[in-house]
Amino acid sequence: MRLHRHLVSRREVLLGSGALFAWTQMPRLARAEGRDPRMLVIVLRGALDGLGAVAPVGDPDWSSLRGDRALMLDGKTPALPLDSFFALNPAMPNLSRFYKAGQAAIVHATATPYRERSHFDGQDVLESGFAKPGATDSGWLNRALLALESDGRVNPTGSRAIGVGAVTPLVVRGEAPVMSWVPQNLLPAGADTQARLLDLYQHTDPKLAVALQARMQLASLGGAGGMDDPLAAGDSPVMPPLARIRAYFADAAGTAGRLLARADGPRVGALGFVGWDTHVNEGATVGQLANLLGALDGALAAVETSMGEAWRETVVAVITEFGRTAHINGTNGTDHGTGTVAFLAGGAVRGGRVIADWPGLKTAQLYEGRDLKPTTDLRAVLKGLLRDHLRVDDAALASSVFPASADVAPLAGLVA
Amino acid sequence: MSTSAPAEALLALQRFGMGPRPGSIGAIASDPRGALLAELDNPPPFSEAAAALPSSAKAVRAVADADARRQAKAIVATREEAKQPAADASMMAEDAAPKTSEMGQKMAAEAIPDPRRTIYLAEAKLRTEAALQATIGFTERLVWFWSNHFCVSAFKVRSMSGAYEREAIRSHMLGSFSDLLLAAENHPAMLFYLDNLGSMGASSVAGINRNKGPNENQSREALELHTLGVRAGYTQDDVISFANALTGWTWVPPYSSPDHGGEFAFNARMHQPGGQTVLGKRYEQEDIEQGRAVLRDLAVHPATATHIATKLARHFIADAPPPALVESIARAFRDSGGDLKETAKAMIAAPESWTLPPTKLKRPGEWVVAMVRSTGITTVDPERYTGGVALLGEPLWSPSSPKGFPDDEASWIDGIGRRLDISNAFAEREAEKVDPNEIIDNVLASQVSGEVKQAVGQAETRQQALSLLFMSTEFLRR
Repeated sequence: MRLHRHLVSRREVLLGSGALFAWTQMPRLARAEGRDPRMLVIVLRGALDGLGAVAPVGDPDWSSLRGDRALMLDGKTPALPLDSFFALNPAMPNLSRFYKAGQAAIVHATATPYRERSHFDGQDVLESGFAKPGATDSGWLNRALLALESDGRVNPTGSRAIGVGAVTPLVVRGEAPVMSWVPQNLLPAGADTQARLLDLYQHTDPKLAVALQARMQLASLGGAGGMDDPLAAGDSPVMPPLARIRAYFADAAGTAGRLLARADGPRVGALGFVGWDTHVNEGATVGQLANLLGALDGALAAVETSMGEAWRETVVAVITEFGRTAHINGTNGTDHGTGTVAFLAGGAVRGGRVIADWPGLKTAQLYEGRDLKPTTDLRAVLKGLLRDHLRVDDAALASSVFPASADVAPLAGLVA
Repeated sequence: MSTSAPAEALLALQRFGMGPRPGSIGAIASDPRGALLAELDNPPPFSEAAAALPSSAKAVRAVADADARRQAKAIVATREEAKQPAADASMMAEDAAPKTSEMGQKMAAEAIPDPRRTIYLAEAKLRTEAALQATIGFTERLVWFWSNHFCVSAFKVRSMSGAYEREAIRSHMLGSFSDLLLAAENHPAMLFYLDNLGSMGASSVAGINRNKGPNENQSREALELHTLGVRAGYTQDDVISFANALTGWTWVPPYSSPDHGGEFAFNARMHQPGGQTVLGKRYEQEDIEQGRAVLRDLAVHPATATHIATKLARHFIADAPPPALVESIARAFRDSGGDLKETAKAMIAAPESWTLPPTKLKRPGEWVVAMVRSTGITTVDPERYTGGVALLGEPLWSPSSPKGFPDDEASWIDGIGRRLDISNAFAEREAEKVDPNEIIDNVLASQVSGEVKQAVGQAETRQQALSLLFMSTEFLRR
């Protein structure tokens, strides 16, 4: 069908998906150690094919599993070797560079505790931090911030949630004050109008007052600048070509990096990128997935560049709701699966290694005979980062942040 | 909650309609519930101008044609640019199009406009004007609801997104849910959106010859999002069996037929032979009837009734609807065999619809339409409208996933600041023509709080007064 060449997957782009949501305070305990840690969480919505991103080239069953769609060291577009067993998708040269410099680690065969295959429930578990979907309306990152003692606000003008955004992702929803930022190109209403409206809300609708006040405080923090609003031309849902997707990922991540690097900027942020639901013509080596991974790779490089010195104290965690089927489906894509990868990048990462208890790829070794079996609980990874990088304490991690996860020990040694 | 006649009329217009226009409270105040029921029985006809819009199949053929002509033009322009003899092009692989230069593509794009955008904007205009012109707009709200329930995305099927709504949703949303479900699931826009066009049975003729198999996507989303709801007891095997039943549900390729390209087609050679078991029931049909039979059973499954009732109650009445309210709607759905008009009437009959406070935060599109309606404006510039709602996070027909746009306050409240920018821009344009006190007195029948009246009265400019009014709780919530 020729038309496929012109119409791109629904998840290949979502306007506003690059919105940044960030915490505007400094963690006290880490500051007491003389550190000023930054953490950025990037959520890939749609379920990343972990095997298409990081291939187990040393597994004897690998090439027969994916056939000529398998990423190989001697393929037409050769994969980038990571160690004697794993190789990285060649669309990710920057991640490979970080890895060689000891600034990136990859966790493979990982998954949240969710074992069904609904995107929406899967994202709910990924972002809520609960073992079951639909359990709460707040996210683990927000609750981790609640558990952190603050060493004072970095934004001197305020703290509450700032809304210029479209839809707030669950991972940052909750009681902790979080600001959000999306590209802004409308001329904002005047300060006087805002003040009058705030006064009206304070008398009639406290929730709206909170939302409006937050936005006013963000405005006073000053524009982040540099990011093109994809709607600026007024031609809203025109499908941006690959170059625009790359630019959008890089701009969103670069903006996040710039804000996180500022002395008076936030310290913890989250972004979401959509487009990973590769049911048709996945194109792990050449095509959709390779393009998206390339855009993600560019986004990671943009964070590094825009953070400057602060990169040294940064961890970027890239996570997704679940993986995809080990086999290729009937339409040269992959369907919803289970185990996948998580990328950890940044100067604070103890990198240069793939962390995996490899389950194997024989049918009997696959989860339900079809998916990469998860052997590392993603919560262990996230708990390890929150504990060792931001200094969220163990008790909070096991109870409020990732409820009922006492049996999932934080993975130690992820940060340098 | 006040139960005065104007108050109940305003509630009817806000909760179930598109918001008050000049004169609409007066028109329904004697019997607001009766007026809602009357609109269900006699829905305002959709614009006659829709007859001039292309069907989804025609739209997709126009796109295919324009793309092909554009590509040819780009190739010619590229050849000329490189002064390259045409013979060289034959050295390319047979099915690979010759390479085109950036300049060649640009020239072709300028010469042959993209029909996607033109069609999308024309559809958006009629749809939005229907919402602006309706006296109440209950049936339009139902169109919006069902369109979001059975959403496709204009990111992927742009030229078809408006026609899909007219053909699948608008024509069926007051009939039986079963008919609506079938119309949505076999519409080419849905089959394209959820990747079913190329899905073929592994043991089908085409599947064997091409060594291909089924794609689970539409099967899964139809179970999870369109009918039973997530965690309703179906298994991975059910997903696969239903996907097999849907194999062969495809379209006539747009290029292949000037009269029927882009229309739905059942391709028997792609259909997985043999029976399928879905939710414990055996479906022995050997053709399109197999998938239809599964869908008909899903349509009347009790879990579907509960899922639909919950979504309706959450959309129209409260983020966390009381269980008794959901059950009364679900019962109407079940007892009527999925009659959607009866189901809508059950919402009107439910006492909770008239007693629960107006806590729902309107979604951006509803809010924009209500704002414009209050000024009496009945026409729209579709570029401005679609650009505006996209800025507010609700680009028309373009949710980021098959789940559609969310229907809860937490998802949208952070966008309040952006709404102020939009209302401020709109107020700037309309300030000379529109009097905020007129809106309060005549459109809202003075049903606004003293604080709002005071804020409007003390505003420095008319623009500011309008902006404050449009951003008041009375406009944002319902």
